[in-house]
Amino acid sequence: MQQKMPRTERHTIAVLVDNEAGVLARVVGLFSGRGYNIESLTVAEVDHAAHTSRVTIVTSGTPEVIEQIEAQLRRLVPVHRVVNWTTSTPGIEREMALVKVSGSGEKRVEAMRIGEIFRAHVVDTTHNSFVFEITGAPFKIDQFIELMRPLGLVDVSRTGVAAISRGPEAM
Amino acid sequence: MDKDENSPGSAAALDKYSGAPAREGAIQLSGAEMVIRALKDQGVKHIFGYPGGAVLPIYDALFAADGITHVLCRHEQGAAHAAEGYARSTGKPGVVLVTSGPGATNAVTGLTDALMDSIPIVLLSGQVATHLIGTDAFQECDTVGITRACTKHNWLVKDVNDLSRVLHEAFQIATTGRPGPVVVDIPKDVQFKKGAYIVPDSVRHRTYKPKTDPELGAIVKAIDMMANAKKPLFYTGGGIINSGPQASRLMRELVQLTGFPITSTLMGLGAYPASDPQWLGLVGMHGTYESNHAMHDCDLMICLGARFDDRVTGKIDLFSPNSRKIHLDIDPSQINKNVRVDLPIVADAAKALKEMLHFWKTQRRKVDAPALREWWKQIDVWRAKKSLSFRNSDTIIKPQYAVDRLYELTRGRDVYITTEVGQHQMWAAQRFKFEEPNRWMTSGGLGTMGYGLPAAVGVQVAHPDSLVIDIAGEASVQMTMQEMSTAVQYDLPIKIFILNNEYMGMVRQWQQLMHGGRYSHSYSEALPDFVKLAEAYGAVGIRADKPAELDAKILEMIDVRRPVLFDCRVDQKENCYPMIPSGAAHNEMILSDADDGTPTEEGKMLV
Repeated sequence: MQQKMPRTERHTIAVLVDNEAGVLARVVGLFSGRGYNIESLTVAEVDHAAHTSRVTIVTSGTPEVIEQIEAQLRRLVPVHRVVNWTTSTPGIEREMALVKVSGSGEKRVEAMRIGEIFRAHVVDTTHNSFVFEITGAPFKIDQFIELMRPLGLVDVSRTGVAAISRGPEAM
Repeated sequence: MDKDENSPGSAAALDKYSGAPAREGAIQLSGAEMVIRALKDQGVKHIFGYPGGAVLPIYDALFAADGITHVLCRHEQGAAHAAEGYARSTGKPGVVLVTSGPGATNAVTGLTDALMDSIPIVLLSGQVATHLIGTDAFQECDTVGITRACTKHNWLVKDVNDLSRVLHEAFQIATTGRPGPVVVDIPKDVQFKKGAYIVPDSVRHRTYKPKTDPELGAIVKAIDMMANAKKPLFYTGGGIINSGPQASRLMRELVQLTGFPITSTLMGLGAYPASDPQWLGLVGMHGTYESNHAMHDCDLMICLGARFDDRVTGKIDLFSPNSRKIHLDIDPSQINKNVRVDLPIVADAAKALKEMLHFWKTQRRKVDAPALREWWKQIDVWRAKKSLSFRNSDTIIKPQYAVDRLYELTRGRDVYITTEVGQHQMWAAQRFKFEEPNRWMTSGGLGTMGYGLPAAVGVQVAHPDSLVIDIAGEASVQMTMQEMSTAVQYDLPIKIFILNNEYMGMVRQWQQLMHGGRYSHSYSEALPDFVKLAEAYGAVGIRADKPAELDAKILEMIDVRRPVLFDCRVDQKENCYPMIPSGAAHNEMILSDADDGTPTEEGKMLV
């Protein structure tokens, strides 16, 4: 294991937790305390009756580090389940972004046209700005943002990745 | 949620998840009374603590309580280490009671120490009233925030109706699975408020379910690997001690049945009797020559309840390069953490060992006897190096000699040893021969100077008639010296055996070996007169300067039924050998000052 060059991989991990005070701090603290990366993180209560929240984390590391991350997450007391969508079950990943573009004339028309190609919705408009709502895999959003940059990109807000498995089973 | 939580007779009605109505006739208590009641229901006999504003209601309830003895320590760190010593020598959880703010922050070192060494500690802290939380109130700190990283789990209880459930969960989490410290932070108004008390049996945690039963497939594979091994080695650790005395008994049986050699980490000493010929001694940075060479050359490593710590493995890519590895651990996150293993077994040590013995016997397994004979022949060659030998002196007390005499003169007695951290700790680990588990209390993972004296207080509280000795250094012991006052107050006849070389000896040794002999701030130019200091505390002070007087002085220390500070003046320049220099492999040990231990640049980076 030590002789090989370290291979860094990107993994999406879902964690089902009890929605109790401080649970997000436990998850985040684990990553910062052990020096793991967080590329994105989303969290919300998914079952109000059972008080469970789902945390979706996109992280990167060598396969050994990813294995440790999963094991360390499972050690946290309020954690119900940990699933790695990258290694275990094929999953679907989606992210939503709000993208504000400011400009006029040809650039404004071009922004609108690219928005249509990406199936982005315009959710706010003024005479010299648009706010696009775009949903897709993270790389698609990256691409959209890059295309908007020369057209007057002023602000971006991204949700981070939400993920779910294909097929009939729960996580 | 499990349906049976609300079975008749249980008072789990307050479960916040079930939302069920409170059961008729549930006991109504104040938060403070609940704490005392919960401690009693959990079988707690002793607690270690220090009062303060935010914890006064609990102290008030304690005033009237019988059946629980409170030991007033002199510093919250001391209270936490005392609880650790209590826990490690009894196998029961150690309980600490502290106030908010500085009370809690002072306990952080003890909590971290307990986390690193997997010691069950339940720390209850007072907190400012709930309406003051977040206002920077007097003696307020974010206790759950600060202790999140140094506990197995922690809680801030804002509703008195959650308190008894949380307290019972706290004991369950601290003591089961891989043990560890927990914190329950209780605001002052919650201590006053009345609520319904539920009994321990009715609490079942909905996510915390540690796996303790081994997979039998893995057990069968393990004994198959053992039967086919030519150069096997047991490498055992604190997990055997934590699992309980049964694990030690089963492990002894398995080791003796197979005839394999056995070594242990610092944490695992005593699980296997050091007087047995199959015992190779301590492994790791200051382990014996035979242990480390056997680790390097073995073809099968059977790791039982140890975690491949960097102090054991040395340079990780040179660690035991040709062995297959079996790793038994109760904590799945330890598997493949530092070292890839071939066969993981996630289970409680006693349960797994029981199954290993069962299958070994019922399948009539035999070891490869000729290969094992060859292996022992090789081990005997390494043993002949006598890596723990040292050049003794007639004029000056060598620290190794002092530990040897202490061992010989306490042999056969009911003795418990604690240590501080540094050279003296390694000499004690190398030379004191432990025959039973739970007799050796040392700060392994965190390496906390100042651990040993308060830990001895805790051990003596649990074992009032036993001989409890802290093998100490003069630098470490000053970090928690105030607990001598606790020992005197509670008539705890602990013996603080200080190997006084006036240096932070291990720092001095590393400065000699790795920093060109530049002894930067490792010498204590002023030290107290430990004999007078002992007398000032109301304890007994004894000093020994000469090898010839040592035995008589040690016997004097043993015989006096009072706390003792023993100032044993030892050779200032003695180094602790053998040693694996940082960045080196197990088969690159240095045995004495004469060996060239010049470290590599890479090695210097490591601690």
